[in-house]
Amino acid sequence: MSIETLLKQHAEKDLLRFITCGSVDDGKSTLIGRLLFDSRQVYEDQLSAVQRDSRKWGTQGETADLALLVDGLQSEREQGITIDVAYRYFSTPSRKFIIADTPGHEQYTRNMATGASTADAAVILVDARKGLQTQTRRHSFIVSLLGIEQVIVAINKMDLVDYDQKRFEEIASDYQRFADKLDFKAVHCLPVVALNGDNVLEPSANLSWFDGKPLLNLLESLPSRQANSQGEFRFPVQYVNRHSSEFRGFAGTVAGGQIKRGERIMVMPSGRQSEVASIVCFDGEREQAHSGEAVTLTLKDEIDISRGDMLVRSEQRPRVAEALDARVVWMADQPLLPGRQYDIKLGVRTVSATPELIHHRIDVNTLEHQHVDELSLNEIALVRWRLSAPAAFDSYQRNPATGAFVVIDRISNLTVGAGMVVRPVTDSLADKSKNVVWHEHRIAKSQRAGQKSQRPAVLWFTGLSGAGKSSVANALEMALFQRGYHSYLLDGDNVRHGLNRDLGFTDEDRVENIRRIGEVAKLMADAGLVVLSAFISPFRADRAMVRELMESGEFVEIHVQASLATCESRDPKGLYARARAGAIRNFTGIDSPYEAPEKPEVTLDTETLSIEECVDTLLDYLKSRRILV
Amino acid sequence: MSVSQAASKAHDMSHLAMLEAESIHIMREVAAEFTRPVMLYSVGKDSSVMLHLARKAFYPAPPPFPLLHVDTTWKFKAMYEFRDRVAAEAGMELLIHINQDGVNQGVGPFSHGSKVHTDIMKTQALKQALDKYGFDAAFGGARRDEERSRAKERVFSFRDRNHAWDPKNQRPELWNLYNGRVHKGESIRVFPLSNWTELDIWQYIYQEDIPMVPLYFAAERPVVERDGMLLMVDDDRIPLGAGEQPEPRMIRFRTLGCWPLTGAVESSATTLLEVIEETIQVKNSERQGRAIDQDAGASMEEKKRQGYF
Repeated sequence: MSIETLLKQHAEKDLLRFITCGSVDDGKSTLIGRLLFDSRQVYEDQLSAVQRDSRKWGTQGETADLALLVDGLQSEREQGITIDVAYRYFSTPSRKFIIADTPGHEQYTRNMATGASTADAAVILVDARKGLQTQTRRHSFIVSLLGIEQVIVAINKMDLVDYDQKRFEEIASDYQRFADKLDFKAVHCLPVVALNGDNVLEPSANLSWFDGKPLLNLLESLPSRQANSQGEFRFPVQYVNRHSSEFRGFAGTVAGGQIKRGERIMVMPSGRQSEVASIVCFDGEREQAHSGEAVTLTLKDEIDISRGDMLVRSEQRPRVAEALDARVVWMADQPLLPGRQYDIKLGVRTVSATPELIHHRIDVNTLEHQHVDELSLNEIALVRWRLSAPAAFDSYQRNPATGAFVVIDRISNLTVGAGMVVRPVTDSLADKSKNVVWHEHRIAKSQRAGQKSQRPAVLWFTGLSGAGKSSVANALEMALFQRGYHSYLLDGDNVRHGLNRDLGFTDEDRVENIRRIGEVAKLMADAGLVVLSAFISPFRADRAMVRELMESGEFVEIHVQASLATCESRDPKGLYARARAGAIRNFTGIDSPYEAPEKPEVTLDTETLSIEECVDTLLDYLKSRRILV
Repeated sequence: MSVSQAASKAHDMSHLAMLEAESIHIMREVAAEFTRPVMLYSVGKDSSVMLHLARKAFYPAPPPFPLLHVDTTWKFKAMYEFRDRVAAEAGMELLIHINQDGVNQGVGPFSHGSKVHTDIMKTQALKQALDKYGFDAAFGGARRDEERSRAKERVFSFRDRNHAWDPKNQRPELWNLYNGRVHKGESIRVFPLSNWTELDIWQYIYQEDIPMVPLYFAAERPVVERDGMLLMVDDDRIPLGAGEQPEPRMIRFRTLGCWPLTGAVESSATTLLEVIEETIQVKNSERQGRAIDQDAGASMEEKKRQGYF
């Protein structure tokens, strides 16, 4: 074959991404090593490195341990297990493959979900001696959750059950029975011996009773999850390209369907319409763009479009809502708490979002629905999210490219969860796809505040119990009153006994407590008042949530600071003594953490400042910010 | 219509078209989400492909970030010429950083060995440059098929304030939803070619007619053989041993780095097609030509933890 013919053949290959999963010792890495080795993707120097490593870490005696080709990280080689997703590449004359090799332990469910998110198919390994395991069920469920429809069940280590056909059929029918509960389109069971290569690339004489294709042939014949080009047109605007005053292009990857030059489009969520003027590419203008292609569109009319908007056809609109129900895989050590604020990245649109409610947790081993108040690492649940602004999306099942999101912690910046939209939540207020009607007060907030010669603000005092929050806040309010300003102080006395009487001191209740106080403060600020609030409010995320509620510049975080020892010695209400005695649980500073503000607007050290000095500091600050006129 | 019928009527993209679209998507995410991105440019074939993709991603505008070349002062002469020409053609600003400290101390591969030289002139120099300009994202042309520890690295790979990589503590990366959030001083290394293989790179260079440094093509060049490595004598800074005499041989390079650390292979491949043909038949993986990878079993992982690209 000439090199040009070969290149032509390689150019025309399509791509299949698959994930491999299975229990700890089912032989995943060995199977992949075998695929790479036998399809000659392993170069000699890599192999000699593996032979060197095998003597050190291998589990196969003097034979090269093929799993070591795959287990990339030092700690994995030392522990002999796979702890992260590793991507591997090989190709045959007809197809290129990307393998996501994922870990089997329950504590790595998140890594499995990661690997599965981009896969077209899954290869699930089962040890023929052990049959279906809890892990087999869990992996199958996650694979199905992420929308993979093609599954190969590789029943491995057949040599250890004497290549017994009956044993194979028993496991295969067990699996079929279980898989009926999941959404797979096709399940292929086949017997293999990864270690020796039986039925991996070639049919095996040891398994002559098996009349199906060997693994590699099967992988070559599976349909790939081709970009959804028959579906509805979706174009999330990723980047606005302002090359010159004449050129304004909208760059993005077509996430569904296709579009032709000259077609009418609608911008979501604004609802404005225009026409595609050109489809711009480096290689020249195009008449058409298909799903999966990265292009730049220009429009006929100058309308306001920014990153995160979505171009669609007006007769094929996605859902636009401010709330949605989604299946969530939680990926962080800190649990998901309803009421706390996170950011979600839904396609190319990032909005802040709050989980309002956990409908149920799904037990990954039994598929049972369970009632829970919070979601821990590696758990999966159906969760209702409230977004800070309307967003356009589809259900994950309809279009994974416009129905998937990741959850990002606003403080640590970590990716803490992955979500798959099930449905939008529409009520009269949330359904913004119709008319957006927000009841307009006849008197504007600024008018109300102007009448009082002040600007509305929320002065949020935070600090340990006994630091002096209430004392300083009370003294400041008195000073404001005497100067003729209009204010109101929210504290434990007037909130805990009424509005929040139903809340205790668990983490969830604390979040809800702060959320309600934040909403009340917002209403009062709306009325033009200077609102003072004095609560321990120990969690940064909760204070960030309240800050987010207010207009920019309205929220003033005041850290009232004193050491725990000082607070404990003051102990004005005798609470520390009771907490130390174990009579009060979840007491901040004792058995519940206090997260100090990172960038408070004002810090008051009450160990060195008197109450009067604190008040003066605050009055100066409020004047400098023109909150007090 | 059943799903399988719909799929068969779908507009099929080749794997190369899919890789191209994925890389462009990644680059646009970076341009949209970061304040100060930069593209590391090493003059090699992967850098050339990466730069070509960047030009495609932002066409008709030039890519909205500068190129950064970390210059160890030991690159092949042909690389410097090529670098300046290519940057000008792309209409991009070219930043060049040299670790002046290292130069003042006379650090070089012959006097200090590959390990010290690479650390001072490459890893430390890179960190200096990133700090100097305050870049919050840096594109690199690394591929996951190059080396074992790279197989696990994310497309958006987080670096702490010391530019260090923590392989055990990487952010989950799902779908094409990349998390680019960083605090001040932290940064993200971005690898838009993660899913490309060496053959894909060559195929794309062929298909797109991307210009390459002549060193990739075989020619008669002055060579000495040392520890089984063929070294091209690119200037007179090489201390020749007794009996060592550069002799002309038909050689080319599979990867390019500092000339004293980059082994050549004997070859007669003078055209792109011949080079590709040789690549397909080759039995040794491409990084073997680099002295720096063989220091320890997982030496790349070690270097990456410390901030190497």
